[in-house]
Amino acid sequence: MARIRLQHLRHRYRTEAGGEGDWALKQLDLEWAEGSANALLGPSGCGKTTLLNIISGLLRPTEGTVRFGEQDVTALPPDARNIAQVFQFPVVYDTMSVYDNLAFPLRNRGLGRAAVHERVREIAALLDLQELLPQRAAGLTADGKQKISLGRGLVRADVNAILFDEPLTVIDPHLKWRLRSKLKELHQRLRTTMIYVTHDQTEALTFADQVVVMNEGQVLQSGTPVELFERPRHTFVGHFIGSPGMNLLPATWEAGAARFDGLPVDCLPPRQPPRAGARLELGVRPEFVRFAADGIPVQVTKISDAGRHRVVETRHGETVIRLLVNEGEAVPAERAHLRFDPAHTQLFADGWTTAAGPGGAP
Amino acid sequence: MRRVAWLVPALYILFVLAPIYWLLNMSFKNTNEILGSFTLWPRDFTLENYRKIFTDPTWYGGYLNSLAYVAMNTVLSVVVSLPAAYAFSRYRFLGDKHLFFWLLTNRMAPAAVFALPFFQLYSAIGLFDTRLAVALAHCLFNIPLAVWILEGFMSGVPKELDETAFVDGYPFWRFFLRIFLPTIRSGIGVAAFFCFMFSWVELLLAKTLTSVDAKPIAATMTRTASTSGYELGLLAAAGALTIVPGAFVIYFVRNYIAKGFALGRV
Amino acid sequence: MSDRTPNQKAWWLVLPVVVLVAFNAVVPLMTVVNYSVQETFGDNVFFFEGVKWFREVLHSERFRLSLQRQLLFTGLVLAIQLPLGVAIALAMPRKGPWVSVNLVLMAMPLLIPWNVVGAMWNILALPDIGLLGHTLNHLGFDYNYTRQPVAAWATLVAMDVWHWTSLVVLLAYAGLSAIPDAYYQAARIDGASGWAVFRFIQLPKMKRVLTIAVLLRFMDSFNIYTEPIVLTGGGPGNATTLLSIDLVKVALGQFDLGPAAAMSLVYFLIILLLSWVFYTTMTKGEVQ
Repeated sequence: MARIRLQHLRHRYRTEAGGEGDWALKQLDLEWAEGSANALLGPSGCGKTTLLNIISGLLRPTEGTVRFGEQDVTALPPDARNIAQVFQFPVVYDTMSVYDNLAFPLRNRGLGRAAVHERVREIAALLDLQELLPQRAAGLTADGKQKISLGRGLVRADVNAILFDEPLTVIDPHLKWRLRSKLKELHQRLRTTMIYVTHDQTEALTFADQVVVMNEGQVLQSGTPVELFERPRHTFVGHFIGSPGMNLLPATWEAGAARFDGLPVDCLPPRQPPRAGARLELGVRPEFVRFAADGIPVQVTKISDAGRHRVVETRHGETVIRLLVNEGEAVPAERAHLRFDPAHTQLFADGWTTAAGPGGAP
Repeated sequence: MRRVAWLVPALYILFVLAPIYWLLNMSFKNTNEILGSFTLWPRDFTLENYRKIFTDPTWYGGYLNSLAYVAMNTVLSVVVSLPAAYAFSRYRFLGDKHLFFWLLTNRMAPAAVFALPFFQLYSAIGLFDTRLAVALAHCLFNIPLAVWILEGFMSGVPKELDETAFVDGYPFWRFFLRIFLPTIRSGIGVAAFFCFMFSWVELLLAKTLTSVDAKPIAATMTRTASTSGYELGLLAAAGALTIVPGAFVIYFVRNYIAKGFALGRV
Repeated sequence: MSDRTPNQKAWWLVLPVVVLVAFNAVVPLMTVVNYSVQETFGDNVFFFEGVKWFREVLHSERFRLSLQRQLLFTGLVLAIQLPLGVAIALAMPRKGPWVSVNLVLMAMPLLIPWNVVGAMWNILALPDIGLLGHTLNHLGFDYNYTRQPVAAWATLVAMDVWHWTSLVVLLAYAGLSAIPDAYYQAARIDGASGWAVFRFIQLPKMKRVLTIAVLLRFMDSFNIYTEPIVLTGGGPGNATTLLSIDLVKVALGQFDLGPAAAMSLVYFLIILLLSWVFYTTMTKGEVQ
């Protein structure tokens, strides 16, 4: 069990110097507490797998260090780091039984028969694999095989961290939630540091205590799911998380106030006035938009049903603004006014929030 | 054990190179010298054999004809075999196991058995003495080979890859070309090379189905062996030159054969 | 092949293959079967003779001897080429500048037309003017493949190993390349030794490819004709007269197409049977 720290990490795949765009991972510093459940969330190609591979040792970073606890492991290969990794596709030893699969890492380290037996039974019980132990691994379903992959990682008592690389990709949708709950349960029982890479926000937000959102090789924000939802530090975070994502309105800054199409909008006060020439946007989640008697005039264009509430789409000129309306509440027919909750409205300059607060990049 | 491990491939490489060296050696000699004495290096180094091949139209024409039908056959065999191999690998259908084995049975008879019937068949449909005829005839043994090899590699790809792609909304052909084929790269590379190779070296059918227009090197090579008693130097030079196109082919598919795939994103 | 979904529409995917192969296969096969049950006295006049030729072939001493020689040859060749091919493939690099060199090197023996291969080795092994023959005799061995059956066999086997091991190497190599890195990574994390990686990852994943290699080498070595005929002509005497060679001798030497055709069919059926045996044993684990 260890605290994982990444310091001044940068990585590029090509060895000669190019431009800024060359870096697969831009300058980042991250820390993960011992025993925490973490997620790395981002779209395909954002660099999260690169980051995971650097942590596991399959990749050596161009710059920076990786520490487990106090030890600098940057130069150590994967087998020396005591980590376990579960891949997107199940990796099992087809010719062996489930029991032998789980016993394999222990036998390779020279553990005695009795100790192996005890440990395998323990992990199998944890993962509900007891009845399947004598069966050949090749015959299991995808989720069974992923459990074996996971089991092989858990079976070693000295594991520093378990890394998951989109492990639910090949699992049947109706079994995904089961495996997800199982992972959460495992974390609560074992308190091992876990890092879960995914592009699915539901997986990330339900599993992790701490989520790191990445895009294009950059860490945009690191925080709890609530923080990410209520106080996104970057427009991408606002947009990526939540369904539907955050509304973004083109804005201007005049006479000390944020304005949308000339109309003043109350928002979280910026730490300092935005620099001239910056691209300004007002961001507010649909959850924090209300119909009101006065405010921003809009035209109601579409209403969709989303279960317990409805998503109403409105337009002001070219800009689309969405809001959520509870079931049973009336929706104005054509013309209406909108008000935003100032505590949840932010002004973004060049994508980054201007409001004060913790948990973000500079 | 580790230390000595490199010895096996090293010895084997020598074993492979020695006769090739000998072949090259012979190609730079004239037949008299070859048969007359044992020399590691030609005493009378001569380029005559190569000159003959490059200037005599029956020779270089033969190479071009062979290249033409071999290329046609390789492309045809691989392209047609890909969907079939996918079907065998992913689906169960009526007669599938028997069909699969039947394909292989077409490689079991010596070509000699087919020579006369092929001659009659292809003459009857008016394709005698065309490169197309040889390209089609070689499908007999190359398609089964390609299907078997490709099926073997396809079955090594977890079916979950297909399912995930379909769930993600990929249309079948896009999935097949953009996702599936890259994962069986090494299978495609090796199947293409083998189709090329088996078609390239096949002499009997190629000779039987052609006479003047589409005459392959096969015919000229076997002629050298019988008429003016064994023109060994010429044969050696011709043999050395047959290595060249195939070497190019495998060089081109080297990235297919050598690289696998990372179990990566769908 | 085990978890496949039933889908009769798959026939459309297979149709082009069936058409192209059947076109080439069915017609000639009919011809051979036809000839095998008839007798002729020339002038394209045939008499139906039923199974007379088959019985003759199966009882002939000559046929049985050829078959024995053939079985010995194929046995030797398979026993050498398969382990050797796999060993070489394991040793070949998969990254870096030497990859192309190795691949081209392995490809070379396969690309030479078979009659040239036979001619090459014919000269190569001659005691006085060939590299191999001369060297062996120089080292003190009494080696003359044109006169000594054992030497002829050794040369024949060496030639086939030289010619065809590359096929096994290339197939095995491609099979190894197709193993995703994740397996090796997982094995490293699990602390597996090199031998364990071979036994639990590489060998199982190469099983299908090796099945193909076995079947191909079996069939092609059973059918072999050009190389031995150019190398030894079937001699000395009958020492290296393998089945194909004998078949052609029978066909050319006789007026009747019957015996030759019958022999071809028996020959084919033997290959069919043995291939089927190989195939089912090697894919046994997969049927569920």
